[in-house]
Amino acid sequence: MSSFFASLGEFIHFSAQVLRRVFLRRYNTRTLTSEMHRIGVESLTVVNLCSFFIGLVMVIQMQSMLKRYGAESQVGKVLAASFVLEIGPVFAAIMFTGRIGTGIAAELGSMVVTEQIDAYRVFGADPISRLAVPKVLATTLMLPALTVIASVVGLFSGFLLVVFQQGEPGRLYVADSLEILGHLDIICCIVKGIVFGLVVGLVATHSGFQTARATSAVGLSTTRTMVQGVLSILVVDLLLTKIFLILKGV
Amino acid sequence: MGVGGEKIGSEVDVLEIQGLCKSFGPKKVLDGIDLCLRAGESLAVLGRSGTGKSVLLKLITGLFKPDAGQVALWGQRTGDFGEDDWVPLRRRLGMVFQSGALFDSMNVFENVAFPLRERKMHSESEIGDIVEERLEWVSLSGAGSLAPSELSGGMRRRVAVARTLAVDPEFILYDEPTAGLDPITGRKIAQLMRNLDRKLRSTSVVVTHDIECARIVSSRWLYLAHGKVLADGSPDEFFASSQAEVREFLLAEERA
Repeated sequence: MSSFFASLGEFIHFSAQVLRRVFLRRYNTRTLTSEMHRIGVESLTVVNLCSFFIGLVMVIQMQSMLKRYGAESQVGKVLAASFVLEIGPVFAAIMFTGRIGTGIAAELGSMVVTEQIDAYRVFGADPISRLAVPKVLATTLMLPALTVIASVVGLFSGFLLVVFQQGEPGRLYVADSLEILGHLDIICCIVKGIVFGLVVGLVATHSGFQTARATSAVGLSTTRTMVQGVLSILVVDLLLTKIFLILKGV
Repeated sequence: MGVGGEKIGSEVDVLEIQGLCKSFGPKKVLDGIDLCLRAGESLAVLGRSGTGKSVLLKLITGLFKPDAGQVALWGQRTGDFGEDDWVPLRRRLGMVFQSGALFDSMNVFENVAFPLRERKMHSESEIGDIVEERLEWVSLSGAGSLAPSELSGGMRRRVAVARTLAVDPEFILYDEPTAGLDPITGRKIAQLMRNLDRKLRSTSVVVTHDIECARIVSSRWLYLAHGKVLADGSPDEFFASSQAEVREFLLAEERA
């Protein structure tokens, strides 16, 4: 238990160091742009592909469920609400952790093992500013964009199934989807993307820097990133959902 | 200035170490090391594998924190230094890492230019000239566009030496600079190190198993064993040493 609190304290200290440098603008804008491009583009295919199929599966499952209550016409509303508020942000964040978070941890972990981080320090360069800050900022800025795109792709795949396979009117599906969503729901989706992006970036860079000086330790760091990242996303999701429900007065 | 910045020793002592201890888990690697190095001196640290030679270099540069004892650089105690406090001192020293530690994301030119760009004291054209000169010193002219992954182990080491020499450091730490190099290149690197020491009047600590390298570079040798300094003296004193372990080490290395 004490080691858990020691690790948590270390993580909080590391996060504070990263955030301090973000506010002091101690990062290279060119590095940030290239990280954003790399992180965003690399994740686009995998996140969208998953969202597309989840959208299809969700429609099939929901239709069979709602049919029992004679409410199959509500599919558009239920899918829109669940995708924008929950499935889109959480699933995009989990896929993002697996695709980008583990990659960041492996990259930084390898740099620890090959003494590149030590070399940064000896040459008077701050590895947190040079390496961690652009990555954390890039994940924080790119995940909300990916979340919105993933939600749209998921809803679109549902639209395709409902309209082209089941021959229901597309205009009704779109109207239903838009009707159920308020401004606060869209904001909730984007805010979740931002916070999850920050969490993934911090967990991944912290894990990478904490890698022991052995090649096998890089594998442990990537595993740790996946486990801690997903767990953190779920805990934060619970808190944010509660906060938004209070704001909505539910 | 706080306790961390308190001045000890003489101004001409580049390095002063008192009672330095470092353990990793239950393994005590260094157990009360005392050492003093004057400006312009070149010290070779010898010893068998796992005796804490590289750890000593990392304690000197602040990459590791000591469990006990003090390290002072140019009279400044570094015990309580944070990362920001280290920056001015680290800009006066250079280190060649055992693995080379080249940055994978940069090519050879960018690697050698890195410490120069970090100091922001030269224009890009000056940096280009310095990088080309240092690459020539290590017989790698024209290799600037190569990626570290395209280099052999020996080439990587030479680029690492060129990168460290780029900023003409006052105090240079070499961690096994000739390991993995053929004897001719190893000798060339050792001679380069000696010439640079003389030219810049720099101070150096060389961790090595290579007796030939130690002979060329250093007039003072130090032997580490069981976490302590077993012998400290000139090469002649080492070869005349009555210490069985020192004699055994020198014989084995000479045979190798």
